[in-house]
Amino acid sequence: MSSQPLSQNQERFELNLGPQHPATHGVLRVKLLMDGEYIVDAEPVLGYIHRMHELMGENRSWAQYLPNMGRLDYLSALSYNLGYVELVEKMAGIEVPERAEYIRVITTEMNRISSHLLWFGAFVLDLGGFTPLLYAFDDREQILDLLEAVTGSRLTYCYYLFGGCYNDVEDDFLSGCLAFVKRLRTRLPMYHNLVTKNVILRQRLEGVGPVSAEMCRKYGATGPVLRGSGINYDLRKNEPYSIYPELDFDVPVYPEGDSMARFMVRMDEMEQCLRIIEQAIAKIPEGPVMAEKVPKMIKPAAGDYYHAVEAARGTFAIRAVSDGANQAYRMKLRSPTFSNLSLFQEASRGMLLADGLAFMGSLDLVIPEIDR
Amino acid sequence: MAGYFTNILGGAKSLVVGLSITQRQFFKKPITLQYPWESLEMTPRYRGHIQLIKNAESGTHQCISCGMCEKSCPSDCITIKGEKQEGVKGKVLVKYELDFTKCSLCGQCIANCKPGAIEFSREYNLASTRKEDFHYDLLKRLKEQK
Repeated sequence: MSSQPLSQNQERFELNLGPQHPATHGVLRVKLLMDGEYIVDAEPVLGYIHRMHELMGENRSWAQYLPNMGRLDYLSALSYNLGYVELVEKMAGIEVPERAEYIRVITTEMNRISSHLLWFGAFVLDLGGFTPLLYAFDDREQILDLLEAVTGSRLTYCYYLFGGCYNDVEDDFLSGCLAFVKRLRTRLPMYHNLVTKNVILRQRLEGVGPVSAEMCRKYGATGPVLRGSGINYDLRKNEPYSIYPELDFDVPVYPEGDSMARFMVRMDEMEQCLRIIEQAIAKIPEGPVMAEKVPKMIKPAAGDYYHAVEAARGTFAIRAVSDGANQAYRMKLRSPTFSNLSLFQEASRGMLLADGLAFMGSLDLVIPEIDR
Repeated sequence: MAGYFTNILGGAKSLVVGLSITQRQFFKKPITLQYPWESLEMTPRYRGHIQLIKNAESGTHQCISCGMCEKSCPSDCITIKGEKQEGVKGKVLVKYELDFTKCSLCGQCIANCKPGAIEFSREYNLASTRKEDFHYDLLKRLKEQK
């Protein structure tokens, strides 16, 4: 695009947003072509935090690749853990005990809430509201404490193993989760009163950053971005895995396609996570948490394998090609926010810069996962 | 015209509702702990760097120097050495070094340890300007342990 002057006193200019900018939440650089306050073109530039995660998968054993899964999307690491262990279990034909499946779902959903809470706080912070961040972190802290008691870590979890979980959970954890469910049920209406109904927030979000269903299809956007554009697509329902078919929950869908719709999808999703956790705790059976016969050295039959799960930000999929060895021949990770970010260039054209940042916040980007 | 005033009134009300929430929170007890003057107890499963478990009866570790921890480690953090010694069945552990700068606390070493000789420690107050300070000699650490 050329920098042709628009009129005598107006000229287009380039503006670098990032790679070190608080609104991009990481080392994302967006090359903006501006016409005054308006965005003419926005080109996301990646590569500042590339760590070759896919290549790492090809030069270490299946089990040794486990800790990498906590370092892609560090905010909902357990969904990624889950996707990977389920893939390898599918490849090697390992049966998982039922209790382990329930523990996996409870912890993953807790992690999803913590991820959405952090997004909620950070997003409102992007828009200039500081207070909700502190309230959201108060709640998130409770989840981190609960998960720390089970997984031993607070952020980069590595809790699931092939055939089950690293350790069993205590009744303390389950009752703690139930207490948290009760607590968040009282806190969510407070969030809605404080933030969702706030006139300033509504003015900043309603009608801003419209993403049509067609655009989502074109760029492969998934998760809350897709559901905020009116398409009911959630892998937990559409391609059920683990014990999700046994649980009763709804998929929140908003047809408007603006930033407010994406905001509401995530807020409603937290409520649905609470329902899932409650039901899973009520149903959790006694028993072992590890399968009895898990081979020390996993050597799946040669072939092409694919598994996808619904992470907090959308579809996380892994495609692994095995040549029968103890490590992958080819590992491909499909991360949701890479696709979600791709539509930013088209959708942000003609937007005010301030609206562009609000729009970017509503996409819920996690850079280490875009740039693997 | 009626919509114009309804918008203003509705907007003003939303601000008052929001302010009343922050007002109420203002009088609640703070939840922040004043670290380092106050700190929380680490949970039993907290993952610090690994350490050898001291057996209460024998007063020593249970490592058989099989090297499974070394092999299973994704980042090659662990170096161990076992020696044949006279009069002792099996190998005797003479070196167990951990390079904690590379460890990602995945727990593969512990999951693969047959005799159950290692565990996560609960060390979290670790800081240094030299990376050599995080190269631990776990055998020495075990001896110093009470």
